[in-house]
Amino acid sequence: MAVSAEAAPDAKAGTGEHAPRARRGARWRTSLTFWCFVAPFLIGLLVFTVIPVVWSAYLSFFDATNTVSPTPEDFVGFGNYTAMLTDPAFQDSLITFSVFAAFIVPVTFACSLGLALMLNRVRLMRAFFRSVFFLPFACSYVVAALVWKMSIFNGVRYGLANTVLDLFGVDEIAWLFRPDPPWFWLVIVSLRLWIQVGFYMILFIAALQQIPQHLYEAAYVDGAKPGRQTFWHITLPQLRATSVAVLMLILIAAYQAFDEFLLLVGTMPSARPPLVYLYQTSLGMQQELGTGSAGALILALLIALVTLLQGKFLGFGNSEER
Amino acid sequence: MTIEIKRKSPAGRRRGPGTRGGGAVNFLGLSVLSVLFLIPFYLILRNALSTDAEITAPGWMWFPVAPAWENIEKLFTDPSVPMARALLNSALVATLTTVGTLFLCATAGYGLARIPYRHANKVFYLVLATLMIPGAITFIPSFVMVSSLGWISDLRGLVIPTLFNGFVAFLCRQYFLSFPKELEEAARVDGLGYWGAFWRIVIPNSGNFLAAIAVITFVGSWNSFLWPLVIGRSPDSWTVQVALSTFLTAQTVSLSQLFLAALVAMLPLLFVFLFLQRFLVQGVAQTGLKG
Repeated sequence: MAVSAEAAPDAKAGTGEHAPRARRGARWRTSLTFWCFVAPFLIGLLVFTVIPVVWSAYLSFFDATNTVSPTPEDFVGFGNYTAMLTDPAFQDSLITFSVFAAFIVPVTFACSLGLALMLNRVRLMRAFFRSVFFLPFACSYVVAALVWKMSIFNGVRYGLANTVLDLFGVDEIAWLFRPDPPWFWLVIVSLRLWIQVGFYMILFIAALQQIPQHLYEAAYVDGAKPGRQTFWHITLPQLRATSVAVLMLILIAAYQAFDEFLLLVGTMPSARPPLVYLYQTSLGMQQELGTGSAGALILALLIALVTLLQGKFLGFGNSEER
Repeated sequence: MTIEIKRKSPAGRRRGPGTRGGGAVNFLGLSVLSVLFLIPFYLILRNALSTDAEITAPGWMWFPVAPAWENIEKLFTDPSVPMARALLNSALVATLTTVGTLFLCATAGYGLARIPYRHANKVFYLVLATLMIPGAITFIPSFVMVSSLGWISDLRGLVIPTLFNGFVAFLCRQYFLSFPKELEEAARVDGLGYWGAFWRIVIPNSGNFLAAIAVITFVGSWNSFLWPLVIGRSPDSWTVQVALSTFLTAQTVSLSQLFLAALVAMLPLLFVFLFLQRFLVQGVAQTGLKG
């Protein structure tokens, strides 16, 4: 996240009214070249990100059902916002997200760090293991949802999970087809874990290899036992910057959880994260673009708030060295 | 200097507790975990080549008696799921997205990093500001824009709005800032302008970086679901992921066909993994850590 602004080093060169004509011409040429490089991208960014967000903010004050250009009579003020905030379904979706994040963030973090540490120690077949754990990253959430729903956790006898449970004499479980909590969470969390863990593992491996070896040697000389002691006093502090970044990335990815929820439990109102809810209100049968936009903006504010708080608690300033 | 001492030094043993027993447990743990990680792939392959009766059989079958190759023909002739068309769409969308993103973001990144224009920093801050908008919530605003352009169910709607990736442009800028200036200056002495230096010197010498960005963009585009679902309203414009999801939620499904479709949807990326994994790992390390 180290954002340095020391670009365009000689940007100030050649300023001043009294510059000779040739120099002013050169300045012109420089700006022209700059815009040749940057303008296509910048125009696209304006048209497809900046203008839509502003437009959507405008729509959020109107009753924009099935339309993107409401008339002044449709103006509802903050009506969409109060409707969203008092809508029990929207509140439920925020609770669903919180529960999901409470599971997925620590579990993904611990598993990816654990795998990275294990891989860092192994000598035999290291590249093979790394590829295997990273391979699910090539799998889309749609494909994974398909396997999880129709083969592993399909809730009938021939499903893999129930076949294994049967070996231990446990009765079959309906998994996704039970609306009460523990079981469907297991399905959803395990799916996301399987896809993502290799990605964060790669980040941790890269960071582990940056730790100077002499720190371990010094600790060894000082009598520290390799293992728990070096892990808590050398490895973990050295991984601080990466850990903060990984936690942020997992949380941001969790906010955007959509695919697996829609496909696995999309019809279950008790397990609908905000994005699925917004999708269903704004682009479902009825295109409620006004309330949908209001919900999206509320969500954006919440994300910004949480990110700021997290940055404050985890010490954003300390991750500068990257 | 005996071997005895060398073996005791921690450097010789990599990190962590290095007793022989610990190493074996570690290796065993990794082996068990990798089997677990491979199970879903095994299931896809097994189910894709089984008949429906074999999949739902009461006893667990490790592999079909005879691979049901006829599933392939059935899948591609099934009129309810336009699988061939979806594959074509996905290939087009992913390729165009990768090429377009790379071109637009690399030129913009180079301009921001290297051309001494007075307001370059202001433009850069504008790009940074758009990064603060959480990606997923822009789908409603972008849908509004794309629908007023009339690009619903259209290749343009699937590709063009995804090209202007502020994050990739940011990565490119950071990369070009660290590109050795001497090389470009040599080119300048030889009479090349910025444009010439960019295409003849900078781009040919940035192969690894660009390949890493390209591979990760391609994978992301091939696997994306929300945007193609929002834009691809008619079956003609479905990507593989959207076709697969419709298949999954259909009333009557042939399990073997469903898994074969999943296999087909995954295959191109498995090839990417086999041959370009180095770039992918590099891309992950780059994009992840800077984020």
